[in-house]
Amino acid sequence: MGLFDKFKAGLQRTKEKLSHEITRIVTGSPKLDEDTLEEIEFTLIGADLGMPMTQRILSAVRDSYESQGKDGLDVLGVARREIAASFTGGVQDLQEQDGLTVVSMVGVNGTGKTTTTAKLANRMHAAGKTSVLAACDTFRAAAVEQLKEWGGRLDVPVIAGSYGADPAAVAHDAVTAAHARKADFLFVDTAGRLHTKSNLMQELEKLHRIIDRQEKGAPHEVLLVVDATTGMNALNQAREFHKAVPLTGLVITKLDGTSKGGMVVAIHDELNLPIKFIGLGEQADDLQPFDPGQFAEALFSE
Amino acid sequence: MFDSLSSKLQGAFKNLRGLGKISEDNISEALREVRMALLEADVNFKVAKEFLARVKEKSLGDEVLASVQPGQQIVKIIHDELVTLLGDTNAKLETGGNPTCIMMVGLHGAGKTTSSGKLAKLIKKQGRQPLLVAADVYRPAAMDQLETLGQQVDVPVLALKGEKDVQKIARAAMEEARAQACNVLIFDTAGRLQIDEDLVQELIDLKGLIKPQEILLVLDAATGQEAVSVATHFDEALGITGSILTKLDGDARGGAALSLKSVTGRPIKFVGVGEKLDEFESFHPERMAGRILGMGDVVSLVEKAAEVIEEDEAARMEEKLRKGEFSLEDFLEQMRAMKKLGPLENIVGMLPGGDAALKDADLDKGQAELRRMEALICAMTPKERRQPNILNASRRRRIATGTGTKVSELNSMLNKFFQMQQMMKKMGKMQKMMAKMGGGDLGGLGGLMGR
Repeated sequence: MGLFDKFKAGLQRTKEKLSHEITRIVTGSPKLDEDTLEEIEFTLIGADLGMPMTQRILSAVRDSYESQGKDGLDVLGVARREIAASFTGGVQDLQEQDGLTVVSMVGVNGTGKTTTTAKLANRMHAAGKTSVLAACDTFRAAAVEQLKEWGGRLDVPVIAGSYGADPAAVAHDAVTAAHARKADFLFVDTAGRLHTKSNLMQELEKLHRIIDRQEKGAPHEVLLVVDATTGMNALNQAREFHKAVPLTGLVITKLDGTSKGGMVVAIHDELNLPIKFIGLGEQADDLQPFDPGQFAEALFSE
Repeated sequence: MFDSLSSKLQGAFKNLRGLGKISEDNISEALREVRMALLEADVNFKVAKEFLARVKEKSLGDEVLASVQPGQQIVKIIHDELVTLLGDTNAKLETGGNPTCIMMVGLHGAGKTTSSGKLAKLIKKQGRQPLLVAADVYRPAAMDQLETLGQQVDVPVLALKGEKDVQKIARAAMEEARAQACNVLIFDTAGRLQIDEDLVQELIDLKGLIKPQEILLVLDAATGQEAVSVATHFDEALGITGSILTKLDGDARGGAALSLKSVTGRPIKFVGVGEKLDEFESFHPERMAGRILGMGDVVSLVEKAAEVIEEDEAARMEEKLRKGEFSLEDFLEQMRAMKKLGPLENIVGMLPGGDAALKDADLDKGQAELRRMEALICAMTPKERRQPNILNASRRRRIATGTGTKVSELNSMLNKFFQMQQMMKKMGKMQKMMAKMGGGDLGGLGGLMGR
């Protein structure tokens, strides 16, 4: 199964859930009364789209109903248009610098930072660029081995320290090593941390400060890795990480499951951060640029 | 005491008072608010709908008690119903079979490996001999991770690196268990999507071979609507016996717990509350219900405080409070006790409305201030700590220089302390009165809140 098919197959399931439910609600009631609207509202919130987007879609539906009546009403079409319109940036890749581009991968525990780091290095490799990986998760058991194994598979050098070492020190060495090797990209794999732990968030800030001190303006990209199965909490995660270390974009992982990450819409809506990539599996090449048009289309297609 | 949901409900029920009974009409607006709150807490929308239908049925015809506000009454009905649904406290592990086999299953990154390590530690503490079995043959270094965890909790680990056949691993594990006289085997399986038929089949085959007493579904507390699909698929394929909810130390409301429970009907046995291996607790439905409804977790806080503050210490402190003899020494002691409770944000987060308060408060600043106060007191002589009024200008200068602060900072700290002392005196008197009236004993906690 090709990547696109995988994405579509996955989306198919969300779509069925979502558009089926909405169609059922709309066809089930002769008039678009408040109760019907409320049912639609709950369904949209239930898809993790978030409150502001839900309200926007609802008011657009209301407007459309008032101007065209029930017969001309296409709830799914309206929803699709609203979602598509909210994503303004189009498809986005990593912002490449003239010299070394430093990319920091951040997020809560278990979202797939290490795997995504490897996938990004693989993607750059395919584009003819060289990378260095920095294993800055010195806390979780075997996190360094995990990245090293990826490094071995992809033939990309991995800079690591010992467990319990200061991640900032590892990052410092990694920047030096990346320069020595004249690498195009340095991917910094940070430890997973809950956004509610202020000491760990401070550690992350420090890590970035040290990188910036060595390489002015770096990290150039700070990508928050979000698990697509996460619910409303994803918004809190994005908010808090963005506050601590200004993010430049998101990567949504595990989109090959049944969850299609409606919370992406909510996050984008509030923080206006581009979604750069989506992860679709465990293989190195299961990473794709995020296409907002495709996403909106597929989310509500009939 | 209830916060946002409750206050919204008060609004919805403004006109209800005096009506006598809760009726279909007057409850619907309130239930709308509840439904919204449940959805915001990530309860699956279908589960929420069914749940509220049940609540409605239960509350219809209930007398509106004159003494409480109707909003609170509804919250109570909902809370109680949630607790009932969320099920038993302290659901025990099934320990039959020789050896007992436990399978850990779930999505990628849910926390299976960490939970396996935590579970091994717990089982060992109960006096049994666990063996950790690395059955994740896909994720790079998953076996290394389990080995490291095994070392940390001093539990043997079977890791056949390079072996891709889970069945072979399982057979080797059974032999290893006999050889090492282990009586509980914990199988840490690979993360997989619930819809990946090949990988789910691998679990079914493993189940067929080892005939486990427990199949525990490990689920991230922040899981959204998806929780229902995950739980349904794993349960249908494997017949899970219970679940573990992880990463509850974050601020996810944890509605997934309700989805999980209502789909599988199986108890949530444990919760993971931190990255350290002893941060693993039994599931408490009461607390979870409060969390989902945004009502805070006072019970946990009180328990934690009770753990940290020893009883005679508390009694001694109370005595001092009563007499108004609260010195800087005691202040220091209490400050240190408070530190043991954990970071301020954790404490405040457990209070009702705390989550909202946390958003604005600069707790780091508070924490830093506590540290400075501690330093200042540490720089004083024992006599000065006991009788702060002897602190004259030259003593104050000495302390400020010694701690690298300014005299003005010391002064403001002392002012705060004196204010507190006054307050403590008042509280001591109040407590005495309350004791006379047969009211509750605030004990050490009273002092704690005063700080």
